[in-house]
Amino acid sequence: MKQIPSLLALLVLLGLGLAQKTTLTVGVFPNLDDALKAQIQLFNKKYPDVEVKLVIQQYADHHNALTTALATGQGLPDVAAIEIGFVGRFAEGQGFEDLNKAPYNAGQYKRLFTPYTIAQATSSDGRFIAMPVDIGPGTFFYRVDILQKAGVDPKNMMTWPGYIAAGRKIKATTGAFLIADASDVAWINIFATTPANTSPYFDAQGKVVVDSPRFVRAFELAKNIRAAGLDARVGAWTNEWYDAFKKGTVATQFSGAWLQGHLQNWMAPETKGLWRVQQLPEGMYASWGGSFYAIPTTSKNKALAWELIKFVTTTREAQVAAFKAIGAFPSLLSAQEDPSFNEPIEFLGGQQARLLWRDAARRVKPLKANKYDRIANEILTQALSQVLDEGKDIQAALTEAKRLIERRMR
Amino acid sequence: MRKSVSIPTSGQGSPTLAMRWSSFQRRYAPYIFVSPFFILFLIFGLYPTLFSLYMSFQAWTPSDGWGRWKYVGLENYTFTLTDPMFWRSMWNTIWLGVFSGIPQHLIAIPLAFVIHMVLSRFKTFVTAVYFLPYITSSVAIALIFNTLFATHNGVINLVIAHLNTWPLLGALLPDQNINWFTSANIKYALALVVIWQFTGWNTLLYLSAIQAIPKDLYEAAAVDGATRVQQFRYITLPLLRPMMFFAVSLTIIGNMQLFEQPFVLLNGGASAATPGGQTATMYMYRTAFEWLEMGTAASIAWILFVFIGILTYLNNLIFGRAARGGD
Repeated sequence: MKQIPSLLALLVLLGLGLAQKTTLTVGVFPNLDDALKAQIQLFNKKYPDVEVKLVIQQYADHHNALTTALATGQGLPDVAAIEIGFVGRFAEGQGFEDLNKAPYNAGQYKRLFTPYTIAQATSSDGRFIAMPVDIGPGTFFYRVDILQKAGVDPKNMMTWPGYIAAGRKIKATTGAFLIADASDVAWINIFATTPANTSPYFDAQGKVVVDSPRFVRAFELAKNIRAAGLDARVGAWTNEWYDAFKKGTVATQFSGAWLQGHLQNWMAPETKGLWRVQQLPEGMYASWGGSFYAIPTTSKNKALAWELIKFVTTTREAQVAAFKAIGAFPSLLSAQEDPSFNEPIEFLGGQQARLLWRDAARRVKPLKANKYDRIANEILTQALSQVLDEGKDIQAALTEAKRLIERRMR
Repeated sequence: MRKSVSIPTSGQGSPTLAMRWSSFQRRYAPYIFVSPFFILFLIFGLYPTLFSLYMSFQAWTPSDGWGRWKYVGLENYTFTLTDPMFWRSMWNTIWLGVFSGIPQHLIAIPLAFVIHMVLSRFKTFVTAVYFLPYITSSVAIALIFNTLFATHNGVINLVIAHLNTWPLLGALLPDQNINWFTSANIKYALALVVIWQFTGWNTLLYLSAIQAIPKDLYEAAAVDGATRVQQFRYITLPLLRPMMFFAVSLTIIGNMQLFEQPFVLLNGGASAATPGGQTATMYMYRTAFEWLEMGTAASIAWILFVFIGILTYLNNLIFGRAARGGD
């Protein structure tokens, strides 16, 4: 009889031991979650005892939740997905582990990635806080059928003046708009002409440079397009924008390579075979978006979190799995050598676009993140809209923008 | 004079536990019953308000972590008060407040009068129909209107295009599709949405006030030969002043804090039309959560508070005497 309590105790301990599964919480947003789910299946083959729980929220809510969680130090997941828009600002804070240090020693992995992504996740004092998981090499989508109808050769659109001239021809013969929003052209010029390892809006000393000639040229190009009536004046990610793709009222679009996945899956699947891609004009290369994974300092499972992050970012099979799932372009250089990159893409009429994108990704210049990037972006967006919508003088608008950004830097 | 609760004692001279518990209950039960509200208010109402006041004197990037703020005195306030973006958003807020607030009342008062006089048999049904937009989620409404206002295929532009073909009206309307989502035009779209959503609420308020006006006043006026319009002007309107005070106060406070409709219609700030439609609260939200400047955002909140206070005081001056029964 005396043995029963100890027997019971043994059974309880055994039970606990069997149920000993570690749970890793990952905060993520759509559609990165689809990529992660595919990667977790592979991860669990290596680590069957780890249960990875996803906390999925929409992009804006996810980053708001991260902001408030960082503010209070509570409620942070073990692994946090961060998108390019926020990684710069979050890097300046103290909420995430510095992956340069032990036990992570991420320095050894940096050379495995597309170069520009490393600068993006590095703070101004040299802390590397997030590993890049996917990138968005910028590309030039165009409707080959509309261009053919207008008698325009896409190669002639490889200079900005040529692009605008082609736009006039397209509008005159087919009635289609050249581009959804003229401001896109301004932004490409701004980002692609930024000297390597500086922020788009600030120079190496941190001074505001938005009134420099490259900004003036960028604004001028956009203004010319708007003045000639070549843009549909439709905002990105609005219902009208999706409609423009469905109905073929817009001939070109500049975006990250991932737009092909969106167009194909839900935005305009019926336009299959009508799109092609080429590089951006004038040898410009830019990046659209990009996701990272970081480890909050409050995590209780840092070692395991690091294993997961290493797996999804540095192993070729995980990167290719994400690529196959959502078209997320791998940040890992070796994954970009996967045979699937040679496959023709049906949606783009059989074009081997991935080779083009891989090439573009390698040539994007690394940009440094500055903690005032978002507000500078906002102020410059307003300046651009004043130039395009209200006819404000470009130099005046840029000088005013510089003043507004400077006064916010305190 | 304090009333003391006498603790009954048993024959032995000292109160038993049961008796002490019973007197404790009698003394403190009211407070215990009221406390849930106060506890919740303290945690979710008072503390955040005081913390926000405290934060308006600090500079804090929330993603830096808790406690990592530094004292900057009145710098946030001087920054906000000299910020062109802030004043633009205040101008938008006031413009929207006036141009969506006044039409609400101008439509609601005659509408309530008509419902009361003419449609009193269908009163419940008609009021319910007009009230429906008020109880619908602002976000849902703004999302639908987003589609209605679309430039090339939106219903509103299609209707205008059709009306363009009418002889007289056509001359007044623009020839091309209106792009509602520009800085210049977004205000009108927003005003329309807000008017559509809140007129029903005001109609309900005014209808209830009109119903309180005694019928014999109207009968006496009718006997004296007053037309319906004159009855409306000389009886209804003056007696509606207390309700106007109440309804206008609500409109002021509500419109000054307008957030959901601009936020949805401007795509969270991503739209090119943002400078023309961004309200003060939306600008505050974006300062806090997009540009991660909590101290500045708190100062915006408190400046807005002072502003609403001033407006309410003015409203009190204009309508207040009537509300307190004098005139």
